[in-house]
Amino acid sequence: MIANPAATPVVELRAAEKVFDDGTRGLVPIDLAVQPGEFVSLIGPSGCGKSTLLRLLANLHAPSDGQVLWWRGGFDQVGGDGRRLSFVFQEPTLMPWASVLANVRLPLDLAGVPRQEAQARARAALQAVGLAQAQDRTPGQLSGGMRMRVSIARGMVTRPDLLLMDEPFGALDEFTRNRLDADLAALSRQGGLTTIFVTHSLYEAVFLSSRIVVMASNPGRLFGEMRIDPAIVRDQAFRLSERFALLCRDLSVLLTSAALASGEGA
Amino acid sequence: MTPLVARPWFVQIAAPVLLGLLVLCGWQGFCRLDHIPPYILPAPGDIGASLLANRATLLHALWSTMKVTLMALALSVAIGVAIAFVLVQSRVLENSLLPYVILMQVTPIVAIAPLIIVLVKAPAVALVVCATVIAIFPIISNTLQGLRSVDPGLADYFSMNKASRLQFLLRLRIPSALPMFLAGLRISAGLSLVGAVVAEFVAGTGGTSSGLAYEILQSGFQLDIPRMFASLALITVAGLALYGAMAALQRMVLRALSHAPGR
Repeated sequence: MIANPAATPVVELRAAEKVFDDGTRGLVPIDLAVQPGEFVSLIGPSGCGKSTLLRLLANLHAPSDGQVLWWRGGFDQVGGDGRRLSFVFQEPTLMPWASVLANVRLPLDLAGVPRQEAQARARAALQAVGLAQAQDRTPGQLSGGMRMRVSIARGMVTRPDLLLMDEPFGALDEFTRNRLDADLAALSRQGGLTTIFVTHSLYEAVFLSSRIVVMASNPGRLFGEMRIDPAIVRDQAFRLSERFALLCRDLSVLLTSAALASGEGA
Repeated sequence: MTPLVARPWFVQIAAPVLLGLLVLCGWQGFCRLDHIPPYILPAPGDIGASLLANRATLLHALWSTMKVTLMALALSVAIGVAIAFVLVQSRVLENSLLPYVILMQVTPIVAIAPLIIVLVKAPAVALVVCATVIAIFPIISNTLQGLRSVDPGLADYFSMNKASRLQFLLRLRIPSALPMFLAGLRISAGLSLVGAVVAEFVAGTGGTSSGLAYEILQSGFQLDIPRMFASLALITVAGLALYGAMAALQRMVLRALSHAPGR
């Protein structure tokens, strides 16, 4: 889906800043609007506030000043039809005592969706990430990659309109990561959802995003951005193309400048 | 083919049983060959004979001790879990009350048991109170730690999904706390028995006849040492049975928790 700049932003930061209780300045006042259908990656050196920004967008942190708006309103209206938000953590964050199916069903159970419908939707979500056979296992019986796929299935089961992902594939090996990136690209295209994705990998950012927001640290701020044609199909052919290599080079240059601006050697 | 000593059933069951039998045989042989009188050290055969001869009295005493033990364990669970739930509500409450809970734990029960027995008029109730005071601490501390050990990521996930307090409790806090609670229950089961026996000793010294500890005291007074050992053996068997039952319960609950299709 191509972002329409005239549409109501899905989520918006208006001069939102974050100063922690110990006085550390996590983010300077930031303005950022994400349009429906965008896949925005946040990338930058360690300590630039990527995760803090994402947590502001998930209402897990309150801004010290400024505003965070969801569909031009407060967080209380999130969760209704067309305004569903899902979050996928850096770790799978599953309930170790519950079956895979129960883990995926959790957000539906919390929302009071009738059991039969919740079961069917959880099974479909597991099917979509290729884990239909594992539904009765517990997270402890799965590999790291499988656990992350369960976490993604749980993120997708509510059919979210806004999906927030905090470096979900950071701990996985390159092969599994590429596979999950491809799965995510396909899921995101099918659903036409808006995604905000924190990553350390510039290859991953280029492969998935329609917009890449580069951040700098000391203090955490937006440094620059790069747009990638959302019409490009994100598949293995794209990953191996010259265009992909050039985009990675451009992003690498931007990231090097961000690192220098953060006071780090490049 | 796996050698006998490497097979799980041998390592876990046969080896300790064989060692126990060996010790008993050695003990029996030592007593017989050295002609040790039974009032100094009775042979296992004498203890077994005494157990058989006094079975009615000793089994009645065992039942009495087990009643105190089980009631104390039940009370410890009910009160301990309630206290842990109250403490977990706020750090201020926990900081205010926890020192007194610890104070109760570090005071030797032998020192306060006479006081409890004097203060509580009904002897049966006094015994249960003593045993409960001893057994309650692991329940409180483990349940509290379990309730506090909720994965912060999962807690964030629940709050982001606007979970109610009840959903937090039933779907997150209680299942997170269960493994720690069950470990505490296993320790408390053993302590309930220790508490019951200690309380019976104190009460028995004061003339109240109840339980296996009283039988041990009486046997000592009468120099019936085989009967004393028989009572001791029954306490050991009761302790082992209690520990085994709690371990089985722990395995069963944890397995049920992970396999429950509705969870």
